[in-house]
Amino acid sequence: MGCFSGVPCFPGLVDLYDSCAQWVCVLLSFGLSDTSDSDLELSSIRHQPEGLEQLQELTKFTKKELQSLYRGFKNECPSGLVDEDTFKLIYAQFFPQGDASMYAHFLFNAFDVDRNGAICFENFVVGLSILLRGTVHEKLNWAFNLYDINKDGYITKEEMLAIMKSIYNMMGRYTYPIVRDDAPIEHVEKFFQKMDRNRDGVVTIEEFLETCQKDENIMSSMQLFENVI
Amino acid sequence: MAAGVAAWLPFARAAAIGWMPVANCPMPLAPTEKNKRQDELIILNVSGRRFQTWRTTLERYPDTLLGSTEKEFFFNEDTKEYFFDRDPEVFRCILNFYRTGKLHYPRYECISAYDEELAFYGILPEIIGDCCYEEYKDRKRENAERLMDDNDSENNQEGSMPSLNLRQTMWRAFENPHTSTLALVFYYVTGFFIAVSVITNVVETVPCGTVPGNKELPCGERYAVAFFCLDTACVMIFTVEYLMRLFAAPSRYRFMRSVMSIIDVVAIMPYYIGLVMTNNEDVSGAFVTLRVFRVFRIFKFSRHSQGLRILGYTLKSCASELGFLLFSLTMAIIIFATVMFYAEKGSSASKFTSIPASFWYTIVTMTTLGYGDMVPKTIAGKIFGSICSLSGVLVIALPVPVIVSNFSRIYHQNQRADKRRAQKKARLARIRVAKTGSSSAYLHSKRNGLLNAALELTGSSDDEQHISKSTSLIESQHHHLLHCLEKTTGLSYLVDDPLLSVRTSTIKNHEFIDEQLFEQNCMDNSMQNYPSTRSPSLSSNNGGSTSCCSRRNKTTTHLPNSKVPATRLQSMQELSTIHIQCSEQPSLTTSRSSLNMKSDDGLRPNCKTSHLTTAIISIPTPPALTPEGESRPPPSSPHPTMNISTTCSNVVKVSAL
Repeated sequence: MGCFSGVPCFPGLVDLYDSCAQWVCVLLSFGLSDTSDSDLELSSIRHQPEGLEQLQELTKFTKKELQSLYRGFKNECPSGLVDEDTFKLIYAQFFPQGDASMYAHFLFNAFDVDRNGAICFENFVVGLSILLRGTVHEKLNWAFNLYDINKDGYITKEEMLAIMKSIYNMMGRYTYPIVRDDAPIEHVEKFFQKMDRNRDGVVTIEEFLETCQKDENIMSSMQLFENVI
Repeated sequence: MAAGVAAWLPFARAAAIGWMPVANCPMPLAPTEKNKRQDELIILNVSGRRFQTWRTTLERYPDTLLGSTEKEFFFNEDTKEYFFDRDPEVFRCILNFYRTGKLHYPRYECISAYDEELAFYGILPEIIGDCCYEEYKDRKRENAERLMDDNDSENNQEGSMPSLNLRQTMWRAFENPHTSTLALVFYYVTGFFIAVSVITNVVETVPCGTVPGNKELPCGERYAVAFFCLDTACVMIFTVEYLMRLFAAPSRYRFMRSVMSIIDVVAIMPYYIGLVMTNNEDVSGAFVTLRVFRVFRIFKFSRHSQGLRILGYTLKSCASELGFLLFSLTMAIIIFATVMFYAEKGSSASKFTSIPASFWYTIVTMTTLGYGDMVPKTIAGKIFGSICSLSGVLVIALPVPVIVSNFSRIYHQNQRADKRRAQKKARLARIRVAKTGSSSAYLHSKRNGLLNAALELTGSSDDEQHISKSTSLIESQHHHLLHCLEKTTGLSYLVDDPLLSVRTSTIKNHEFIDEQLFEQNCMDNSMQNYPSTRSPSLSSNNGGSTSCCSRRNKTTTHLPNSKVPATRLQSMQELSTIHIQCSEQPSLTTSRSSLNMKSDDGLRPNCKTSHLTTAIISIPTPPALTPEGESRPPPSSPHPTMNISTTCSNVVKVSAL
């Protein structure tokens, strides 16, 4: 701030004005600042889903099922969008003894198909439709998509190891038998032995589908959650 | 589980499909929903005011009245609604709890009425949300104190006390003089003697009368004997009091460390030291100095005055603010003293001989005392002197109101913070109990579920009805989800089950271990250095873990064939499940021949690993299993079971318990 006309201008006074102004600004910022910008953003963004008819076309749910799904969804996320932290929080409540955050992260990426950092109701309900009402082929595709973390069409050992560790983390510490550190690694080895036909170190979607369709355990377990809703 | 989370359970279960392709073992069956109802609106008529909500909203909390079948008692057939003859205002809050998951406490409600309603609807007050919890607790505490005061006054009038021993009675008498007449007498007597002692100390130094020789004598020396007797009497009383308190204190060590007892000791020490040292003339000077400590007797009044105690406490808690005040004052003093020294250096016969000498001037000026013994003479000195006194007013006047308001704020805050901390611990403990309750509920239902599975496999479905399915549908679905996770990883959850012990021969069908034992097992595991052999285990644990499931299939297929009664089947099923958990060993492979060939010695070291020690807990020797008291399993039982018995009889000795 320089001297302006009409005001007796002593150098000390200018500094005084400057410091006063700065001080007032600091006070104002303390008084009026919000906790964080991201909170502001999320609370002002609201997402309304598409109409019931469009969702009925997109998914295989009936109208009543969609209604009850939306009620539950909206209750937990009034803004209509689930961000990753809320998602992790919700999912962790089902696994009180372990740490479900890693697996929830992978799940979040699997559901958030348009990769915008939040799951809207359409993503949610489309994902659920595949999992609950889809064909076995679609479900296996979805599972492959879940394991393929970078979505490049191949499951590598590192990706599978990350997934496996996150699943074991959900069990927590107090298990029987005690979780050994190499248990996920062994599990991954077994998986690759089973799935990787041509021993090239990655599992492609064709190998995955082929192996799963031959394994009756997996096929029967895919039908397990038919009547969830 | 929390409110909305129940709504997300279908999602969590659907997401479990992600575990299927990597699972080790086959998945358990999902609980079937018998009579699956469409979500319907139900009407709750509370004293004439109708509330409507979805049935699933109420079912979110199945352990409350509205969420369980208990509400069926209130169902009115004629009007097809649930009628509650209770307060509709409070019901609004309660219903909102089901809707939003947060229980609020309305300020206008009476605390006891609210508590009664919560108790009626089966809701724990701990669930009250953070926004209203403090208010609730404050009101509750006020209420409780008021009731307690009423009770106390009643009790005092009645005069009936539970019989305490001598120590406890004395301690109570000391701490609270109003409990009995004797305590009151003691209180006043000690107070009187403290006053006498303090007055004596003061009067001792007053000059009274002259002695021939024109010397003014202080009264202490004139009436030395009288004062000495008074002093002795006071010190006797104080000593007796201190010893009695020491005797009565519940924790003597803590009492001796407390401030009041230190003051007591310091108050009476000079007398005894004086007794010891009267002969030495050299140290009499030091002895005179010791008398100063007699003034500490005045602090003994703080036992008699609540206000003094509060002042002491707030001073202690405001120490940082006081420290800041002192620090800023010191800074200002040093600055101004330096300035004054150099300003007055020029003038002749100046009193400002050094900077420390100027400190005195600065302090006197800044606190606006102005004694006038040191006065600046130069013009520069006078200018800086006036600046010093002006800034002194500011420096002292500014922090003091801050400190005063800090006193009251910190004092009240400390009171409230301590209470909140105590409540929080209890609250968290209760929430933790509820949480472990939910996970142990899972394990209980797992146990029931396994028995169910055993009976289902043997086809005796009528027994199934005997086992009460007390879990709600949501709970059983949640448990099924956790069970799927266990099957995916091949591990299973542990829980603390105090019913279980090796000494009782009642069979429990799962490995139960509490956290202490778990850690002990971990230590045992590491200490034994039996590296559950990496190399063979890598190849054979693969076999081992598949053998767990295939073994299970194998043994269960035996069961229908063996001609044994249902109870035996249960125990054998349990045996086989235990065997499953035992079986992660290189030695126990699927082939029978290798089992036969394995020597006991080969088995025992394997059994020493930690997971077997836990299994031991649950396996008594087979004779205890059967109610019929057969001494050993019948020869018709398959080999694996036979081997289990031998294995286990060896292993029982190794029990970590």
